[in-house]
Amino acid sequence: MSAPITLPRWADLVLVPVLSVLTAFVVGGLVVAAIGVSPWDATRTLITGSLGSGEALGFTLYYTTDFIFTGLAVALAFQAGLFNIGGEGQATLGGLGAALVCLHGGFLPGWLLIPLGIVAAAVFGGIWGLVPGYLQAKRGSHIVITTIMFNWLASTLMGYLLVNGMRAPQSMEPETVPFPPQAAIPTVHGILEALGIPSATTPLNLSFLLALACAFAMWLFIWRTRTGYEIRTTGANPTAAVYGGIAPAWIIMLTMGLSGALASGVAVNEIMGVQNRLLLEFTAGYGFVGIAVALMGRAHPVGIVFASLLFGILYQGGAELAFDQPKISRDMIVAIQGFVVLFAGALDGLYRPHLARIFTALPRTRSGPI
Amino acid sequence: MPVAAAIELEGIDKSFGAVHANRNVTLSVAAGSIHGIVGENGAGKSTLMSILYGFYEADAGEIRVGGTPVKIGSSRQAIAHGIGMVHQHFMLVDTLSVLDNVMLGAEGGALVARGAAAIRVKLAELGRAYGLVVDPDALVGDLGVGLQQRVEILKALVRGATILILDEPTAVLTPPEADQLFGMLDTLRREGKTVIFITHKLREIMHITDRVSVMRRGEIVLTTETAATSPAQLADAMVGRRVLLTVAKGPATPGPVRLEARGLTVLGSNGVALVDDVSFTLRAGEITGLAGVAGNGQSELLEALAGIRPIAAGEILIDGKVVPATSHNPKAIRTLGLAHVPEDRHRMGLIMPFEAAESAILGIHTDPAFGRGPWLSRKSIIADLARKMAGYDIRPPNPRLKTANFSGGNQQKIVLAREMERDPGIVLAGQPTRGVDIGAIEFIHSRLVALRDAGKAVLVVSVELDEIMALADQILVMCGGRLTGARTPPPDAANDERFVGDLGLLMAGVTEQAA
Repeated sequence: MSAPITLPRWADLVLVPVLSVLTAFVVGGLVVAAIGVSPWDATRTLITGSLGSGEALGFTLYYTTDFIFTGLAVALAFQAGLFNIGGEGQATLGGLGAALVCLHGGFLPGWLLIPLGIVAAAVFGGIWGLVPGYLQAKRGSHIVITTIMFNWLASTLMGYLLVNGMRAPQSMEPETVPFPPQAAIPTVHGILEALGIPSATTPLNLSFLLALACAFAMWLFIWRTRTGYEIRTTGANPTAAVYGGIAPAWIIMLTMGLSGALASGVAVNEIMGVQNRLLLEFTAGYGFVGIAVALMGRAHPVGIVFASLLFGILYQGGAELAFDQPKISRDMIVAIQGFVVLFAGALDGLYRPHLARIFTALPRTRSGPI
Repeated sequence: MPVAAAIELEGIDKSFGAVHANRNVTLSVAAGSIHGIVGENGAGKSTLMSILYGFYEADAGEIRVGGTPVKIGSSRQAIAHGIGMVHQHFMLVDTLSVLDNVMLGAEGGALVARGAAAIRVKLAELGRAYGLVVDPDALVGDLGVGLQQRVEILKALVRGATILILDEPTAVLTPPEADQLFGMLDTLRREGKTVIFITHKLREIMHITDRVSVMRRGEIVLTTETAATSPAQLADAMVGRRVLLTVAKGPATPGPVRLEARGLTVLGSNGVALVDDVSFTLRAGEITGLAGVAGNGQSELLEALAGIRPIAAGEILIDGKVVPATSHNPKAIRTLGLAHVPEDRHRMGLIMPFEAAESAILGIHTDPAFGRGPWLSRKSIIADLARKMAGYDIRPPNPRLKTANFSGGNQQKIVLAREMERDPGIVLAGQPTRGVDIGAIEFIHSRLVALRDAGKAVLVVSVELDEIMALADQILVMCGGRLTGARTPPPDAANDERFVGDLGLLMAGVTEQAA
């Protein structure tokens, strides 16, 4: 017998993450103060630099889009008890799929080409997730190891293709020719301008809505369908899943395929929404940040959207901070982001037992289910 | 009669969060006696013994050993006060010899040679004094369960224990092995050792103890001389109301064969046959009991029948038709009308972190009743369990409560409701009442009998001989992966010493001569 830790749902979903983030900011503030910068100034710069203007918000939401995709990818796999850290590689392959369609589909109209590009990204990314899933399910190769290796494989493959096959003629850069203009996903500032609303140019594009739609779809899928039930059961108790007639091998492959497809949303945002050409290293570590996002969002789509926004703020506000305060280097920003990951993800249990004790000690104001 | 108290507990109180595991427990165990402690699961027996052995610290109260108040903060201190513990699950290293196991933690210095020699001498002395003879150089993994338990007892004695706590020591033993254990305990008592014997088997309490205490909901509700009480009174005290220890059931009316196993063989991962050429039939309207000491292939047989474990040889027939290899999986077998209450509800039968309503659709989650097409309707799965909760008296009747928050008995009823309400033709029930309180046992037994009377073929696998004898119309016995015998129980089988002895021999692997 051990002391059961049961918190009210709202405390579990809201209070614990908020306390963790505050702790991260306090510790980060101490570090900032230690190098002689006022933590208050730094916080103000961080907030105004990420939320204070239309332009700032646009960049913040653009980063948020990438984090939602990779966060969902990690969370979906996590529901099946799998640790997919191959988001980088899956997004890279997604980029390849999107580029192949966009480069060869120039004769198609935009309303057809863009969805086809998105589907191609999902299929390519999905296959890059499915193969490690297959190896786990049928061969017992550990998914953590294989997905890491598949990140390197994807990176190497992309380097090879961009140098040898897909490079634009007469170009020294390892990147393709620009996609046809109708392949570009509409940007938010473009839409606003078309409506006569003046706005700053930011990379934010309609992929953001796709990300939100994916979050909602994942929630529906995981918590409202039979297959979602099978995925959660496999994750929570694989033995019970087998007993219940669920084939774990099928669930693992399906989940990894879908997880890879979600990760390739990064390619949609970056390749089809911003760069309009395929280039190296466009995934920029978003796949790894997705692990922190999923941890912080408790593997729940709503939590992931909010955690993604927080990381979007840290990315964009952090860039402003490094620009504004010469004493604060880019590495400093990474350190502060690291605190957030540390306190919100790894040290999530820090407050839980104490809160549980407080809640147990509080007089029950209403009776009912725990 | 012993007079001095070897160990006294006064006002012991212990809470885990909101759970009050021990309430004001006061207990005195006379030196040189065997003191039994009985109670349902969760009554607080294990917590109390853990406090005594230094695993937990009591919130309040005093422990006195030989009249002196002591503080026991660790098992090391408990040993120093002469308290030894024999755990239900042995704390032995299979790959070490008996001598090494006994020495573990008492090596007596950096070099083991001198310590080993001393322990060898001690083992020989103890062997002479108590008849506890074990070859000190044998590998523990090669010993039978009974001898392994003997090693555990020797470990405690070598460390100078005068007070031995045995936690459900007979759970893993065959009846002859249990008798041997009782013989050992008797010798220990004669030599002045004190034994605290925890069990939930009332027959053993009556057989071996001098005094007995009954725990219920963390309290000691009764302490009495064993000679002055009866199993009925003890059971009464355990649950707080009268219960029937026997199952009310009429004679069986066997119908056609529903399930047949022919030469079934199941291999373990190392190629050893865990189930070895087993053949039997299950008839409609009959309860077949599969008896045996845990770990003799019953679990594997059950899982093979349910389609979970692959079969290496032989075949399964359902309603006269061979189940083809392509249908030998849990999903397909379920659709052939087989229900399976797994032996371990935590590991297999339920999903502890899920809402009860979600645990209650495991295996039937593809049923169209729970939603259209790919969708699962929360409304209908919650309504479904709410209905079953009423029929099976599952408490608290809240389908949205987390599965883990139900007590063992209520969890088992959730599994049972799920498997029974599908109206299956064949029911496999593995340890249907393991870790379940007496009230729930009675309910589960009466449901199984009702299923039989409704014309189902029922197989009950249990390591509780009492349960098998109370329920079964036919008894199969397994030992070492083989069926060692089949018996039709005489009336009042549980009190038929000859019949029980016969089953004990079969469970120990002594097969009958061909008649």
